[in-house]
Amino acid sequence: MAMTKPVLLEVSDLRTRFHTPEGTVFAVNGISFHVDEGETVAVVGESGCGKSVSMISLLKLIPTPPGDVYAGTVIYRGSDLLQKSEQEMEDIRGKEIAMIFQDPMTSLNPVLTVGRQISESLRVHLGHSHELAESRTVELLELVGIPDAARRVYDYPHQFSGGMRQRVMIAMALSCAPSLLIADEPTTALDVTIQAQIVELVARLRESLHMAVIWITHDLGVVAGMADRVIVMYAGFIVEEASVEDLYDSPSHPYTMALLGALPRVDRRRDQRLKSIPGSPPNLLVEPRGCPFAPRCDFVIEKCRQENPSLIQIGNSHSTACWVDVKTGAPR
Amino acid sequence: MNMIMESTSPNQPVPLNMEGLDTPPLTLSQLAWRRFRRHRMAIFGAIVLTLLIIYALAGSLVYPESYANHTDTSLRLLAPSMEHPFGTDSVGRDILARTIYGGQISLLIGITAVIIETLAGILIGALAGYYGGWIDSLLMRITEAMLNIPEIFLLIVMAKFFGGNIPEIEFIGRTFSGSVIVIVVIIGLTSWMYLARIVRAQFLSLKENEFVLAAHATGTSNAQIIFLHILPNSIAPIVVSATLGVANAILAEAYISFLGLGVQPPTATWGNMLDGANNYLESAPWLWFFPGLLILLTVLSINFLGDGMRDALDPRSRAV
Amino acid sequence: MGRYIVMRFLQGIPLLLFISVILFTLMMNVGDPVATMGGRRAVRQTEYQRLRRQLGLDKPVYMQYLYWLVGNDWTQVDRDGDGIAETAGTRRGVLRGDFGVSLLNGKPVLEVIGERLPNTLMLMVASEVIIILGALLVGIYSALRQYSVIDNLLTGIMFIGYSMPIFFVALFSMYIFAVLFKRWGLPYLPTVGMFDPQVGKTTAQILWHMVLPVLSISLISFAAYSRYIRSTMLEVMGQDYIRTARAKGLPRREVVFIHALKNASLPIVTVVGLDLPLLLGGAVVTERIFAWPGMGRLFLDHVDRADMPVVMGILLLIAVAVILFQIITDIVYAWLDPRIRYDK
Repeated sequence: MAMTKPVLLEVSDLRTRFHTPEGTVFAVNGISFHVDEGETVAVVGESGCGKSVSMISLLKLIPTPPGDVYAGTVIYRGSDLLQKSEQEMEDIRGKEIAMIFQDPMTSLNPVLTVGRQISESLRVHLGHSHELAESRTVELLELVGIPDAARRVYDYPHQFSGGMRQRVMIAMALSCAPSLLIADEPTTALDVTIQAQIVELVARLRESLHMAVIWITHDLGVVAGMADRVIVMYAGFIVEEASVEDLYDSPSHPYTMALLGALPRVDRRRDQRLKSIPGSPPNLLVEPRGCPFAPRCDFVIEKCRQENPSLIQIGNSHSTACWVDVKTGAPR
Repeated sequence: MNMIMESTSPNQPVPLNMEGLDTPPLTLSQLAWRRFRRHRMAIFGAIVLTLLIIYALAGSLVYPESYANHTDTSLRLLAPSMEHPFGTDSVGRDILARTIYGGQISLLIGITAVIIETLAGILIGALAGYYGGWIDSLLMRITEAMLNIPEIFLLIVMAKFFGGNIPEIEFIGRTFSGSVIVIVVIIGLTSWMYLARIVRAQFLSLKENEFVLAAHATGTSNAQIIFLHILPNSIAPIVVSATLGVANAILAEAYISFLGLGVQPPTATWGNMLDGANNYLESAPWLWFFPGLLILLTVLSINFLGDGMRDALDPRSRAV
Repeated sequence: MGRYIVMRFLQGIPLLLFISVILFTLMMNVGDPVATMGGRRAVRQTEYQRLRRQLGLDKPVYMQYLYWLVGNDWTQVDRDGDGIAETAGTRRGVLRGDFGVSLLNGKPVLEVIGERLPNTLMLMVASEVIIILGALLVGIYSALRQYSVIDNLLTGIMFIGYSMPIFFVALFSMYIFAVLFKRWGLPYLPTVGMFDPQVGKTTAQILWHMVLPVLSISLISFAAYSRYIRSTMLEVMGQDYIRTARAKGLPRREVVFIHALKNASLPIVTVVGLDLPLLLGGAVVTERIFAWPGMGRLFLDHVDRADMPVVMGILLLIAVAVILFQIITDIVYAWLDPRIRYDK
């Protein structure tokens, strides 16, 4: 398909936990993955599976009294981010790796103008003068599709609609042309029609900026359109990793299958009930033993309860963490 | 296009691990107690407060009241010693004994004033919040008006208003000046506003809830709805406010007694023991030090306690 | 927004009237000014009645209130106290700026208050500045160093600070800085009045005499506000937009002092603005202890002698100040918060 692109980000055995009064929550339990330059990787999973926490851990933005990234390496362009000082991280955040968040209303500072919030990155990271930063900001707003940008630069976040605010966040994130954009469920809080616009905007921009994207979502539908690869997470583990086509054609983990099965689809019969996954996600207060999905799994065998499967390669860039071959039902 | 992921509601307690070992789910009050327990300062406050209450009550078993009021000018202004651990005052009374009996009055005033202000605050806040309309406007105007005058000034004016000859009262084996009742009433009358606003806010938001609608539909009377349905759901801020109110009442009594307008001698309170103490600032610091310290410890422990309660019952509220 | 301001002012007026009614009624039973007029001599019965009529104290409450509010120059008053009203009144009433004269010394109320007001203002302003600056310093520092040893220590100290009754603070500080320092041969602070009469009313004297009273007034509020600022900052720092600011790689200084503080300033301004007049309460006790010639002491003295015009004057001025500050605070808040200022 394509020549191998250089690896931009290589994460190995990342582990994050939170010390709470009720106990220690093991949110991320040893995940490893990589992102190539210009690639779009989707991270999929339900609420609480650790997808957001892992990406925030990458940038060392976890609040550290309760939080604790206690193991693993995050190699970005050859150096381990987890070893870097706060000062060094400040140079990387916003400039090399940018992040946009789920709720644009709460993620934008309500008392600062939109223009200021965009131009401050330009001033801090690129050393732009006031005037240059301002004109560049107007350009950025136009780039993300905000009409009447020259005037709206002086507006405040509450004067924009939800979709517009997300566009502003995108402009903010892309202002310094980062190599990697981490998008944490940017469309979840938005209207369906607006969702499509935002997805399309990001897709368009990543091309022109040659930018890699990690797109976190719980919505498989969004993924299909724009991702190259998909990582499926459950209870702080990666349970499957595949190209988009492979994931949809031959899902190899019971959880992935259940997710796909639970998708409402137009081509199904109307009287078929939507398959929901029985049970509830595991309590992360206990370090898990055995496969975390075992209680809810249709294919469970005794080994699943004893040992937690690690990722096994089953195809070309397709791996799964399961003791059972879902096609045959027999143990691997 | 969202998938259906969880088939259980988020409010159900989650079992602890997959092996089937279950811890029983926690009720709201159990959760609150747990949080409270972790708040070390609050525990400390509770302990100190208990000790102070014991001091005030049990102390009367050691020193009779007559001793506390016994004047002997030959013994005036003695420094602390074995015989008089806190020294003596300007007319020769033992200060330790006076702080015991004074403590009883101060604490009594604190608690009874809070009872009055809590009842008044709940009533006014509930009526204003529940009925709205002109009742709300009127009650809120009055509340605002009273809030616009600093408490001290109100207290002073009211204390003079009720001034004049007040008979003595007998209560639980002690006789004390009727001015205590006056002080209780005026502190209660000047402190209900804060709680009234809080209760009103609670009622305004809760009365739109569905359970109120349901109660209406089944023909429950307004009074029942107010007291049996909405009020129990607003208990948390009321309890916190009442607790902190005791500290405020004790301070208010101390201030006004210090100015000579509060509880009249010979009945002692921690506040009026300080009246005129600055005349003896240099010569007899123990006059003001011990009562002042006791007030400080009481208020401090109540503040710790109230802070812990606030965290336990409503962690979202901002603590000052 | 101009309309908003005007409306707030207009709303304040009926409130003030209402307050004045309450206060006036309370004042009616505060004591008998005539009884104290004779000084040490008891007032003779005939004298007593004459004085009462001259002062208009024999009229019913609502009439007295009316005269107080709108004056009596539109009616006859009993100037010589013989029971017959024959002279035209001279009072114009509070609504026209005439607060009457003191029953104690006959001087116009506003003049009496005006003599003492600046002294109290000095204490107020100095205290407020110290409180705000100090609380910001301690509050922000504590918030940034949450859970550290210093934070816990400061929290404990602040708790003690605002649990102290003000007279305890005053007496304690007096004992240490005046009595003990003197005993130890250190330069010590004065504790009485505004200046040393032998040296005269110089700025240096006043400043030196201000130290202890200001310390007493500010300590409690400083402790309370630093906790409030701490928790406000903590709340703000936990917000999503701070996470965004950090994710943009902005330096910590900018995140805290621009992104966070600008948001935190909104509730802080509210609390400070509304609390300002309440410092007056603290002034009452402090002025008594330090014999500071301010409005608080004036109030106490004149309430004691039931000098109704002066007391009402002071109370009303306080009420006006409180309401005024509420309005100013609302305006400042609306101006600071773009969500209100640019409300479409």
